[in-house]
Amino acid sequence: MRNLKTFIQDFGWPRIIIFLFLIALFVFAPAVGVRLDASVSDVLNRFGQYAILVLAMVPMIQSGCGLNFGLALGIIAGLLGSTISLQLELRGFAGFFGAIALAAPFSLLLGWLYGKLLNKVKGEEMTIAMYVGFSFVMLMCIMWLVLPFNNPTMVWGFAGKGLRTTITVEGYWLHILNDFLAIKIGRFFIFPTGLLLFVGFCAFCMWVFLRSRTGTAMTAVGSNPDFARASGVSVDNMRTVSVIISTFLGAVGIIVYQQSFGFIQLYTAPSPMVFPAVAAILIGGANINKASMVNVLVGTFLFQGLLTMTPSVINSVLQTDMSEVIRMIVSNGMILYALTRKMKVAK
Amino acid sequence: MGNNEPLLSLKNVSKEFYGNVVLQDVSFDLHEGEILGLVGENGAGKTTLMRILFGMPVIAETGGFKGSICLDGQEVHFSTPFEALDAGIGMVHQEFSLIPGFTTAENIVLNRESMHPSLLNDVFGDRMSILDRPAIKKRAVGAIEKLGVKLDPGMLVSEMPVGHKQFTEIAREISRDKSRILVLDEPTAVLTESEAEVLLESLRRLAKEGVAIIFISHRLQEVVEVADRVVVLRDGLAVKDVPAKGLTIKDSASWMVGRSMAGDAAGAREVRKFDEEILSVEHLWVDMPGETVRDVSASVRKGEIFGIGGLAGQGKLGIPNGIMGLYPAGGKVKLHGRDIALNAPAKALKSGMSFVSEDRRGVGLLLDESLDWNIAFTAMQIHGQYLRPILGGIFTQRDEKGMESLCKEYIELLDIKCTSSRQKAKELSGGNQQKICLAKAFAMRPDLLFVSEPTRGIDVGAKKLVLDTLRKYNREYGTTIVMISSELEELRSICDRIAIIDEGKIAGILPPTADVADFGILMAGIGASEAAAAMAGQEANNA
Repeated sequence: MRNLKTFIQDFGWPRIIIFLFLIALFVFAPAVGVRLDASVSDVLNRFGQYAILVLAMVPMIQSGCGLNFGLALGIIAGLLGSTISLQLELRGFAGFFGAIALAAPFSLLLGWLYGKLLNKVKGEEMTIAMYVGFSFVMLMCIMWLVLPFNNPTMVWGFAGKGLRTTITVEGYWLHILNDFLAIKIGRFFIFPTGLLLFVGFCAFCMWVFLRSRTGTAMTAVGSNPDFARASGVSVDNMRTVSVIISTFLGAVGIIVYQQSFGFIQLYTAPSPMVFPAVAAILIGGANINKASMVNVLVGTFLFQGLLTMTPSVINSVLQTDMSEVIRMIVSNGMILYALTRKMKVAK
Repeated sequence: MGNNEPLLSLKNVSKEFYGNVVLQDVSFDLHEGEILGLVGENGAGKTTLMRILFGMPVIAETGGFKGSICLDGQEVHFSTPFEALDAGIGMVHQEFSLIPGFTTAENIVLNRESMHPSLLNDVFGDRMSILDRPAIKKRAVGAIEKLGVKLDPGMLVSEMPVGHKQFTEIAREISRDKSRILVLDEPTAVLTESEAEVLLESLRRLAKEGVAIIFISHRLQEVVEVADRVVVLRDGLAVKDVPAKGLTIKDSASWMVGRSMAGDAAGAREVRKFDEEILSVEHLWVDMPGETVRDVSASVRKGEIFGIGGLAGQGKLGIPNGIMGLYPAGGKVKLHGRDIALNAPAKALKSGMSFVSEDRRGVGLLLDESLDWNIAFTAMQIHGQYLRPILGGIFTQRDEKGMESLCKEYIELLDIKCTSSRQKAKELSGGNQQKICLAKAFAMRPDLLFVSEPTRGIDVGAKKLVLDTLRKYNREYGTTIVMISSELEELRSICDRIAIIDEGKIAGILPPTADVADFGILMAGIGASEAAAAMAGQEANNA
């Protein structure tokens, strides 16, 4: 009984309620004609798609830069990587990892500049970050049109230049991770082994990093910058490093997302990717200066599970297509919940 | 006084917080018109006792208390402070609870204002009544007169000197019709001596009118002066309950501490010889807000304990902060004859210096992290210790086991009271936190250790332990220590030489055996020439 109590306390009521609600949805799914195996497969898939974007929140939270509302920068670095990879006609694993490698220098540069900026606005990072994200997305809207891409699968057909809003990765590296060692059971259930392995690998790398000397210093900077400085740690450098890692993970995250989703989405698409990642890690139990791998995995699973299951089950009940409306209500409701949680912690 | 039934009596009050006993079987009576002095070290349980008496919710939230409280012979249970107020118990807290934008009078009658009914009352009820300002003023003036002090009832609290705020707060408590018991928690802590004198006078006046007063203070002098009876708390036990008449400060101090106060300064009486220079500072300036160092030149010998004293704001704290690179600094600092780069904390630490900051909670600790992190962190970052190579040294990982054993070693060595090395630093008491800060510095194995205000905000017992630890490290490991403290007695008890800083410069360096008056002369900033003369005289004496 005592163990149960401490477990509940550690895990937190909000997470338990969401978890129970999710289970309830799974239980009710067959009753309203939603296939359970297809749903589970969907949830796993979406979990894999989003997990690395959520993981990208961790370094900045740990170093005290708050939630990475400027994740769009990382996503744009990833978009540059994947579009260049397509432009170079890289296919298969070479295409996928090529995209990551090509995104790396961009995320390094953008992360470094972004980190410099955040060091100048200590205490207001999250608000500033949000506007950095928004304005950079808009700047890139121009760039996508004028950058000299000319792969016919990517540019507007009638003009022969300027990138399309969505570009398919089919024939390049569609489902490259999803299909790697995938286990297919029946017609509807696919276990995306490669995707989950890659997510696991990234999470493990982050875990190892946080236990290294630099990772320890980063956590100390987030916990008490004055202490870290008095211990000979350069606070600004640590914060910049954390922002760069965050940005790079954002790039990796979006490339993983693209290979699973099937499309590269440009122009204003990066902006709406940010809030779900922020919401997921908060629901996972992180606060604005402490986050762990467990927060990432649990949060992504709960958030994406709910986002997948709620519309499909409720649609079937209501017999109309309300999925987009419900998705918006659930997703924004969750962010609202998560942000009120954030306030509590901030106090 | 005191021949009738006791007004208030506490019987066998015990309280524990999470298994930690803070009060044990405390019993005492309070009679009408009596002033009871309650004394004890930090953490002896004074505040907790008053919280119980006042029905603070925190007590019930942490599991309530044992024992009983009787008012007029009847057992009472207050579950909120309001019930205590209704029963006639007034409390003046250590922190002011006044509204800065309101006047004295408004604060005194707050929430008990005199009112006129207005037309709106018929519709909206009493909440729409109009304040009766003349009546309010009259009541406030009445309370102020009862207290026997001079306060302007129309003055805004935000514009008052602290002393007046304290009086306003007391006036508010006694302006209640039923106030019979007044509890004052460290009322004189913020007052100047003359203000405190006035306060004590008004307390006596109140007691004569039949108000019973519980007076909590760490200024024993005042307690002995004003109280009729003194209760001494130590580690949650009421160790003494005696009439104040004939009580000496020395007696009560030793009851409070429970250990002999004598012999503290004995250790420093031995005169030690040092030759080799370890640290030399030339024309150091440090831009630390409020503690500016202008031009300091000094030399510290290997193996000594060098004290730096002086009044607050004169720059003594700036010296270690500047040398360790925490504030912008300039000048020349040499350790072992080698130049130390200023404004670079990592380089200062690497060169073999270590620093225990005066800002324990702000700079000294990672409050939200475990003790082993706190102790091992600096050594890990600077010396690369407590790291385990992985895959033949491609990268390293925290050596949690090593950190834990290091932490355990210091927990034992410094007698740090904690549940485990995984406990969070913020959960420890001030004294134990200070020991963690010391452990952090010791774990660096420094040649030269700066300790800034090591005993600030910790109780007498912990103070002694901290000083003993410093002395022990100095003797056993030969660690040179530069100790900065505002408490001259503390410096004199442990240091081999003491420099006094005045206006950002060294006013003079004296041996600990020098007359207190000489130190006083240096601190008072009486011309450098006289200081030099005083020093010359001292040296002549020594020779």
